[in-house]
Amino acid sequence: MEKTKYQELVNELSPNSKIISNTLKAFLIGGLFSIGGQFILNTFKSAGIAQDSAATYTSIVLIFIGVLLTGLGLYQRIGKFAGAGSAVPITGFANAVASPAIEFKKEGHIMGVGARMFILAGPVIVFGTFTSMIVGVFYYFSKGGLL
Amino acid sequence: MAKRLGEQTIKIDNPVSIINTASVVGPKEGQGPLARYFDVVLDDILHGCESWEKAESKIVETALNKVIEKADLSSRDIDIIIAGDLLDQNTGSTFGVMHLNRPFWGIFSACSNIGQAMSIGALTIDSGAAEKIIAGASSHFCSAEKQFRTPLELGNQRAPTSTWTVTGSGCTILSNSQDGPFITHATVGKIVDFGVVDAANMGAAMAPAAADTIAAHFRDTRREPSYYDLIITGDLGYIGRELAFRLMGDKGYQLDDTYTDCGIKIFDKAKQDTHSGGSGCACSAVTFAGYLFNALKEQTLNKILFVPTGALLSPTSSQQGQSIPGIAHAVAIENTR
Repeated sequence: MEKTKYQELVNELSPNSKIISNTLKAFLIGGLFSIGGQFILNTFKSAGIAQDSAATYTSIVLIFIGVLLTGLGLYQRIGKFAGAGSAVPITGFANAVASPAIEFKKEGHIMGVGARMFILAGPVIVFGTFTSMIVGVFYYFSKGGLL
Repeated sequence: MAKRLGEQTIKIDNPVSIINTASVVGPKEGQGPLARYFDVVLDDILHGCESWEKAESKIVETALNKVIEKADLSSRDIDIIIAGDLLDQNTGSTFGVMHLNRPFWGIFSACSNIGQAMSIGALTIDSGAAEKIIAGASSHFCSAEKQFRTPLELGNQRAPTSTWTVTGSGCTILSNSQDGPFITHATVGKIVDFGVVDAANMGAAMAPAAADTIAAHFRDTRREPSYYDLIITGDLGYIGRELAFRLMGDKGYQLDDTYTDCGIKIFDKAKQDTHSGGSGCACSAVTFAGYLFNALKEQTLNKILFVPTGALLSPTSSQQGQSIPGIAHAVAIENTR
């Protein structure tokens, strides 16, 4: 059998992920995370905290929740059900940092936790920072006119 | 002395018997359909150790001690231990074998390790260079995930084509004894690459190698698939088994229900959420050491072709975009010779 024909056979016999049900689950759980975030934000604002500070506090609380659920072994179970619904919110970012930190603890605090903590989240930080630099340069030379 | 048949097969000439086996498995395997065939089912996947890598080595040590005990031997009776695993530099095996203080060959052909270990062991005994050899292989779900995939606590979804690495170690003692079952042939696999790049579909990556080796075995020995009571590959899972089945048909060998895969046997797909099936060095090693050896001893199976399969990738080769080559080593095991 030729390689191209084999690849066709592999595609035919390999089931795909269930896109519709996965999308619905992601929408549902991602939406619940967002509602939770909005609730936390509203609570801070009703306590008299300004919008900017309240948004920062909300992120901190959500990150804490993400790390806590990861440490308790629950985020993995949520992620198995929700997929992108729990990976995309900021709690998912916290999970992507906390899970390798737990995994590589046995290799010590420096070469284990410290060095490996960002193996998953590192690219997001690097390219996020890089993108913001490009946007900043455009913004500077256009005096805000382009944006 | 052993004889060469055709291009890839070696016929073992003097009797090489499998005198005993031992299997140690993790909790999940202990809930699977083969549970009653395993010698030790661990409650704790860490086996009392502080890391998964240490646990894997301790599982190896437990299996080695168990097989020596079951065969009513002492470790001094063992001439050579041959073993392999999936961890970097074979540490799963070496740190487990070390305490027995016996001569050791560490081998690597990924998850087909047990097939390679049994082949080398059989040839060494056939040559008269050793009387008793332990051939074994091990893997651990958590240490394999850590090395090849993502952290366990990462909230992601497994692909429907993915397989579940078996936690455990399977060991066999080969000897020049006159009691069966005997290893009669070993077909040495070639590295076969059909260009599969999806590391979440290992069955598809390895199926061409399995079909290549099985076809070579039939060609070299002039045997037909119907000669065997069972043909069983190592860890192709459901998808890989179907692919290998079709590839064999394409090569002119029509297999039937007597062809299955250890990755299909070891887990209950419906209840255990293992997607395409079991995988890892231990998948074929413990299925043989537990279920298959028992069936040979009870003579419900008398002639089997055992074909452990391996995917020859590393995290680096995968990240550099290389496809995943496969390998499969076939061992013919028969109650009479």
